[in-house]
Amino acid sequence: MHKETAEHAVLAKKFNQDEQRVEWHDETLWWVREKRDKAARSLPEWEDLRETASKIKNNVLSNLSEYLLAFEEKALQNGIQVHWAIDADEHNRIVKDILQKHEVKQIVKSKSMLTEECHLNDYLQKAGVDVIDTDLGERIVQLAGEPPSHIVLPCIHKKKEEIGELFHVHLGTPAGNADPDFLTAAARLHLREKFLTRKIAITGVNFAVAETGEFVVCTNEGNADMGAHLADVHIACMGIEKIIPQRKHLGVFLRLLTRSATGQPITTYSSHFKKPRSGQEIHLVLVDNGRSRQLGREDFRNSLKCIRCGACMNTCPVYRRSGGHSYHTAIAGPIGSILAPNLDMKEYADLPFASTLCGSCTNVCPVKIDIHNQLYKWRQVLVKEGYTPLAKTMSMQGMAFTLANPTLYKMAGKTGKWFMKKTPFLLNNNLNPWYQQREMPEPPKESFHDWYKKNRNLQNGE
Amino acid sequence: MASSRDQILKAVKQNQPPVTELPVISDYAQPFTDVVQKYIDVLHAIGGQVHPVSSYPEISSILKSAFNGKSIFSSSLEIEEIIEKGINYKNAHAFADLELAVITSSLAVAENGAVWITEDMVQERVLPFIAQHLAFIIRADDIVPTMHEAYEQIGDADYGFGTFIAGPSKTADIEQSLVLGAHGPKSLLVFIIMSK
Amino acid sequence: MTVGLFIPCYVDQFYPQVAVATLELLEKQGIKVVYSLKQTCCGQPMANSGYEHLTQGCNNLFIQNFQDLDYIVSPSGSCVLHIKDHLHAAEPQQEKQATKIRSTIYELTEFLTDILQVDNLSARFPHKVGMHQSCHGQRGLHISQMTELVAPPFSKPEKLLKMVEGLELINLSRKDECCGFGGTFCVTEEAISAKMGKDRVKDHLLHGAEYITGADMSCLMHLEGVLRRQKSKVQVKHIAEILNTYA
Repeated sequence: MHKETAEHAVLAKKFNQDEQRVEWHDETLWWVREKRDKAARSLPEWEDLRETASKIKNNVLSNLSEYLLAFEEKALQNGIQVHWAIDADEHNRIVKDILQKHEVKQIVKSKSMLTEECHLNDYLQKAGVDVIDTDLGERIVQLAGEPPSHIVLPCIHKKKEEIGELFHVHLGTPAGNADPDFLTAAARLHLREKFLTRKIAITGVNFAVAETGEFVVCTNEGNADMGAHLADVHIACMGIEKIIPQRKHLGVFLRLLTRSATGQPITTYSSHFKKPRSGQEIHLVLVDNGRSRQLGREDFRNSLKCIRCGACMNTCPVYRRSGGHSYHTAIAGPIGSILAPNLDMKEYADLPFASTLCGSCTNVCPVKIDIHNQLYKWRQVLVKEGYTPLAKTMSMQGMAFTLANPTLYKMAGKTGKWFMKKTPFLLNNNLNPWYQQREMPEPPKESFHDWYKKNRNLQNGE
Repeated sequence: MASSRDQILKAVKQNQPPVTELPVISDYAQPFTDVVQKYIDVLHAIGGQVHPVSSYPEISSILKSAFNGKSIFSSSLEIEEIIEKGINYKNAHAFADLELAVITSSLAVAENGAVWITEDMVQERVLPFIAQHLAFIIRADDIVPTMHEAYEQIGDADYGFGTFIAGPSKTADIEQSLVLGAHGPKSLLVFIIMSK
Repeated sequence: MTVGLFIPCYVDQFYPQVAVATLELLEKQGIKVVYSLKQTCCGQPMANSGYEHLTQGCNNLFIQNFQDLDYIVSPSGSCVLHIKDHLHAAEPQQEKQATKIRSTIYELTEFLTDILQVDNLSARFPHKVGMHQSCHGQRGLHISQMTELVAPPFSKPEKLLKMVEGLELINLSRKDECCGFGGTFCVTEEAISAKMGKDRVKDHLLHGAEYITGADMSCLMHLEGVLRRQKSKVQVKHIAEILNTYA
């Protein structure tokens, strides 16, 4: 039995019940898109950089096994311990085992979408470990008991009054205070204490360099560094596709990443970890979780080029008006919609349809992933695999049959227009989704076919 | 039963597409000619402060007046006089109450206002993050136009840890309002020793 | 040259005046235009919904109707893009025809500027007009530059509109945001689709548009639905209709 492809639509409809809030969400993210435009336009070589980054990533995918081996070898030489996890479960177990080995039950974690994908926090909480997310946005959604809604701006869906209230309840700040400076200062103090006392820090990985065995973590807040440099054990979690071939390629990616994400020329901190501190352990967990399978999908492997900048989300008119939670998956928006079906086609069959295929995403992507083409192609796959409603399939079959036959088409057109003229109430009601917020088009007195027959020389016609 | 490592590598090797070549990274001539001015403009735009100076004593005097009475640490012997004596910085946690860290660097990037520091330039890796305020000392000649030149200069250096730091710590997570001083230093000062 | 006129199914049924305007516009340029009465649809509605595998019947009919022509012209960017990207024959011996069609099919405004190289029109439309950049024409066919790219701006439709006497093109806050029609998206994701349409309309109204125009009637049909629900005086007009007004 297949699922109704309605989940995103249902959640998005709910999100749209508060029109003012949708407009606020939409305007905020459009502003981020505009900042990206300004930053991109300041580099005359922007399009050439995108092409270069795209080609580097194409090369990575075509040589991934070699790069993974080279990276592991160098990382081990550097004193980094390397672990391999086939799936989310194994990743979570590996992390837990490291914590248990060190008898640590309190940790700090900086932003890692991979750990979101693996639901690490839930897993560790169940194992009795207290995880504090130290990125301010992530800490906010953690206190709210929600997942992040955007991969770069985790609580973009939250208003400052709501954040103020959360801090009042959980951190004891004065009720009604929604001043960002004040709240951030409160979070600084609250989290500083965690950095200074916790022995294990988990971070994500933005890039891992095969040539040198080092990895790079980018933040604006400095929380990844505060965690890692004060901890006895630093666990870094990464998807296997995050490898890049050479250190100098970081120049290309670091010039593109933050400009695409927020319009800044670079994040405040771009930290390169090559060897553990004296007396410290660094563990790197390489995670597959469906990536090798996606690599084998000719039409969809390019989605693995993603550097998680979020530009596609900011530009997507649908994402801006539905919010990340409407995608019910760790990574939302356009890129999420071409990654998720690979993980579970049934669960995420709705996502590739949550798009008008406008193509904006493809053209802001710093590594030139053909996102909107992949959305189209996933639709074909999902239909063939039977994940669309039977009613839709039947109506499409009917449509295809009618449109392939000129006589049937003309009959259908005449009949349709007759009903629209004589029985408008059949369509002009709330059962017709179009009619909820729009008027139906007026049926004209004749089609162009009819006009042409009447008004033009029939030498051209049948 | 093959290890996860072997299974992953096998699956990857099986599924990867035919090899495509690595591109050459072009030389990107920059629209700005005054590299130092560009650096200053960008650093200002990202919330940092810049002091072009001509000597170390100048740096000492500026910092002494701005941070009078507060704890300062620096590995830079040239400004030794302002460093608070008597504190034993034996490990990372010892820096927890440090007001100002001053670090000398030899590489900065004009296009984004960043300064590159490596582990050997700092007592502890946490130093540039844990202090309430941060200052860098660079020379005008140390500034390169873009990240490409920066990585060219870094070459194949075998550091244990290195980082580009561009401006003070910041966040805009609360309704996109920019706040300086998230977890890292609340302010950043860069002293540029100008060439004669 | 002989140009085959390709009229999208919904234009044929609901907006025949757009087809008439397209035909007259081409004829005024001295072109011989033929219109096959057996044409129906390009197949895009099925394909975009994931049912491309059902469209071979449409494809065969399309090849039958549009073979052996110098050019094929249509007042629809999205239909032209669909044909260019997806038209293939069922039989290998017919594939040559499909290839020829894919390489000689043009959206109306790009045909006028690129092939006919029209540099003046005796047209008059003294009104404030907002130009809606339909996504497939813009990002797919490149009939105008998209704001996502760092590249010199250009617009074939706007070039033509500037030839129309008295016409004032308004600026917009978001020059090329999607209108939200998206084919079956307009009903399967009704809330988002309607909101996107309302926002586009708001942008045009804010900047004083009396008419909203564009190269795709599907977008305009959607915006018109919003406008009429709001009982607005603003009307939509396909660019063919504007370019075809006599001076």
